[in-house]
Amino acid sequence: MLELHAVTAGYDRRAPVVRDASLTVAPGEAVGLLGPSGCGKSTLARVAALLHRPDSGTVVLDGTPVHRYRHRAPRDRRTAVGVVFQQPRLSADPRLRLTDLIAEPLRATGRRAAAPARVAELAQTVGLTADLLTRRPHEVSDGQLQRACLARALVLRPRWLICDEMTAMLDASTTAALVRVVEDYRTSTGAGLLAVGHDRTLLNRWCDRTVHWDTVTSTATKVLT
Amino acid sequence: MTDISVEKAGKPDAAESAAPTAWRAHGTARRSTHTLRLRVSAALTAVTVLAVLLVPPLVQLDQQAVDLAAKLQPPSWSHPFGTDDVGRDLLLRCVYGLKVSLLVGVVAALTATVIGTVVGATAGALGGWADRLVMRLVDTLSSVPHLLLGIFIVAMFRPGVWPVVISVALTHWLSTARIVRAEVLSLRSRPYIDAAVSGGASRWRVTVRHLLPGVLPQAGLAAVLMVPHAMWHESALSFLGLGLPTHTASLGTLIQGARGSLLAGQWWPTLFPGLFLIIPTLAVAGLAGVWRERINPRRRSELML
Repeated sequence: MLELHAVTAGYDRRAPVVRDASLTVAPGEAVGLLGPSGCGKSTLARVAALLHRPDSGTVVLDGTPVHRYRHRAPRDRRTAVGVVFQQPRLSADPRLRLTDLIAEPLRATGRRAAAPARVAELAQTVGLTADLLTRRPHEVSDGQLQRACLARALVLRPRWLICDEMTAMLDASTTAALVRVVEDYRTSTGAGLLAVGHDRTLLNRWCDRTVHWDTVTSTATKVLT
Repeated sequence: MTDISVEKAGKPDAAESAAPTAWRAHGTARRSTHTLRLRVSAALTAVTVLAVLLVPPLVQLDQQAVDLAAKLQPPSWSHPFGTDDVGRDLLLRCVYGLKVSLLVGVVAALTATVIGTVVGATAGALGGWADRLVMRLVDTLSSVPHLLLGIFIVAMFRPGVWPVVISVALTHWLSTARIVRAEVLSLRSRPYIDAAVSGGASRWRVTVRHLLPGVLPQAGLAAVLMVPHAMWHESALSFLGLGLPTHTASLGTLIQGARGSLLAGQWWPTLFPGLFLIIPTLAVAGLAGVWRERINPRRRSELML
């Protein structure tokens, strides 16, 4: 289980972005989190991915409470959660070729030898040709780059996947392709999914269960739009 | 040389004057002065480096040769820059002096950049109290006039090249540390760093693989901009009699040694080393200036690079 209990988080203790949010994702389950822009969905996603320390509240990952975040979190805990961000341009290191981008988590965790085979396999899965793999991020389109970012999130076979507005920048056909890749991964491995977005239609079709931001946070949060 | 450069720089202008938009025309007008500056700076830097590298091994003349019969000769065909107060050829002394000054400048600038990059990247990558501590230390050191601090460091050693290098390097890493830290802080909050952390990258790996490569252009530019500054510092220390020993030819010691004869109306022992100091430093600074404008994203889009 990936559980968030009464999480309050933000970038300034006096004005938290997320107040008192609770959310549970079971293994193999796809949960959609729906909310308007600026409400704090991405911050909650970062907390769930152990990338941001909440001001209060607890995150329970596979039955064990999380006490350490970012670099301080043990490596196998961090890599148990894969993340895909909204903007592929910003979430890809501009200096790395797509091959290296996808293989980077393998190298960082000391599994360099497994990289070529795994990258080739994932490139096939997400639909990247060999030609695209040798290019750098500025030489490919947003959709192609987001495919690489999804491959990078899946390369370590995470038990949990968090898609933070993964398809917000993409056209319908790329959206469909990426969602299919995520769904195939989920059904074959039994991983849990938290899909964050503002597109009600997409999340309703994609996920087993869609929760609205207002029901996640116990008190009404301010909407910045 | 200037005429040729202007003519060459004019060509892209003519080719692109067909471009319709106003800002484009404005951009190309600026670009031609850029090209001119780039070419003049590059040519002068190349001449300087070649002279310094080739003259000592190729010209079999002793720069230390004293000829008291020919002391303080004005510029002539046998001594193009004249001679100094013990009859040494000034052209040769200037080239040897430039070699020493350039060496001190380059080594000191590189050392300072390495120190600054390490300190700045550490502070930026660690953040929190380590960052605050290191940056307050940097602030404290910057509040001390750096020439004074440099004199203090030089005074601890016997005169020589290395004390000068150490003195200049230890007083000039502060600005580089600030630049690198600011750059690292801005890169650190990008989503691709989040992605790397989520992919299991250690702090070290994030810094070395993702943060430092993004900072290197800025650090390299800071290093090149520091070379002329370091050369001036070497000259200043030597002029004050604290840097290199007087028999070692450096631009600072040459100017210092020429002070007496200047009052007697002999201008050449001061003028030529002065020009040798000013022209190469301006050339290096000019190159660095062009580079700075190229890596500046706003300028880059204007230049359509």
